[in-house]
Amino acid sequence: MELLNLAINSIFVSNILLASFLGMCSFLAISKRISASIGMGAAVVFVLTITAPVSWLMNEYILKEGALVWLGDSFKNVDLSFMTYIFFIAVIAAMVQLVEMIVEKFSPALYTALGIFLPLITVNCAILGVALFMVERKYTFAQTTVFGFSSGLGYFLAIVTMAAIRKKIRYSNVVPALRGLGITMILTGLLAMAFMIFSGIQL
Amino acid sequence: MSVSEKEPILSAKNRKTFKQPLNETNPLTIQVLGICSALAVTSQLKPSLVMGIAVTTVIVFSNLTVSVIRNLIPNKIRIIVEMTVVATMVILVDQILKAYAYEVSKQLSIFVGLIITNCIVLGRLEAFALGNKPIPSIFDGLGNGLGYAFVLAIVGFCRELFGSGKILGFQVVPQSLYDAGYLNNGLMMLAPGAFIILGLFIWVQRTLNGYVEED
Repeated sequence: MELLNLAINSIFVSNILLASFLGMCSFLAISKRISASIGMGAAVVFVLTITAPVSWLMNEYILKEGALVWLGDSFKNVDLSFMTYIFFIAVIAAMVQLVEMIVEKFSPALYTALGIFLPLITVNCAILGVALFMVERKYTFAQTTVFGFSSGLGYFLAIVTMAAIRKKIRYSNVVPALRGLGITMILTGLLAMAFMIFSGIQL
Repeated sequence: MSVSEKEPILSAKNRKTFKQPLNETNPLTIQVLGICSALAVTSQLKPSLVMGIAVTTVIVFSNLTVSVIRNLIPNKIRIIVEMTVVATMVILVDQILKAYAYEVSKQLSIFVGLIITNCIVLGRLEAFALGNKPIPSIFDGLGNGLGYAFVLAIVGFCRELFGSGKILGFQVVPQSLYDAGYLNNGLMMLAPGAFIILGLFIWVQRTLNGYVEED
């Protein structure tokens, strides 16, 4: 129940994109076409579900203060948490590469569907953001997995909705200076407002 | 020593490299890079300023480092090398902030770490530092960093003023106005306020410099 609550919360209420502003760059660049946004959304869900638990393991058994205790008592006081950023970004880059190779080998159809979006994900702040939030909020392993997956789902929802709205807006006559980025930002603001009505929902 | 290395530091070309990203090729509003952090930290002016300075520092020093070693980096692994350089700079900035501005660093929370994936930094490294000498690279980094900081400061200023009636923590909207029925706009402190303010800022800027984006 608690996990379900966390999932609902991170899909709707504190949506990774609309409330925490993570992954905006790819959101703005790729929400122009619906098919592309579905591909990007799926790739983010996929990668987040894998990288979040892996980063948790890294943090728990390598980086945290006293995490290296399994190596022996003399490592009890080692605190590598200042290395967090460099470790996480390396893990993410490596995982993305690995996922790409595995998908290519076992499911060429999925590989073509995700296309160029897989490698682009390394520099998507949503992925690193989820890993860092997970450390800051001290989630357990199960919570981290659910958090990763549902954050990805929230991203998917937001980017596909935005692509649909932008498709419609193409037929409207927008003020020249507001075309493109400007109107998209304002629309995102309205979308974020719409998502805010979910706040306070508890299961 | 080739001839070009002797050009004065403040030559016209360097000045142009520095000035252009402040308005015409602003990383945030024209190139659409690094939006994530720009929105998240701007609910008050102070964290926005600190974030602007932090990003500028990271861009300048990563630009410089990559530019110095640009001929040694094998092309195939350049992204990894760049990421390592950026991550190192970010760790340094993070540690300095924790030591000298602990409150603000708590407020910025994970967004200092997210400078690593800030597209501006990687974008400048790829687009400029890899192909240019160290000194122009510094100017390019400074220009882009300040262009970013400038937008951040304006958005932070508007959100703090309309959202809580304060600037840098000082009350500027007088009490008499509140007595007359004026209310702080709570929406400004929340996510939608950030999006809408940035949208309006882009509108104003593009009206002024006449840039039009066609789909």
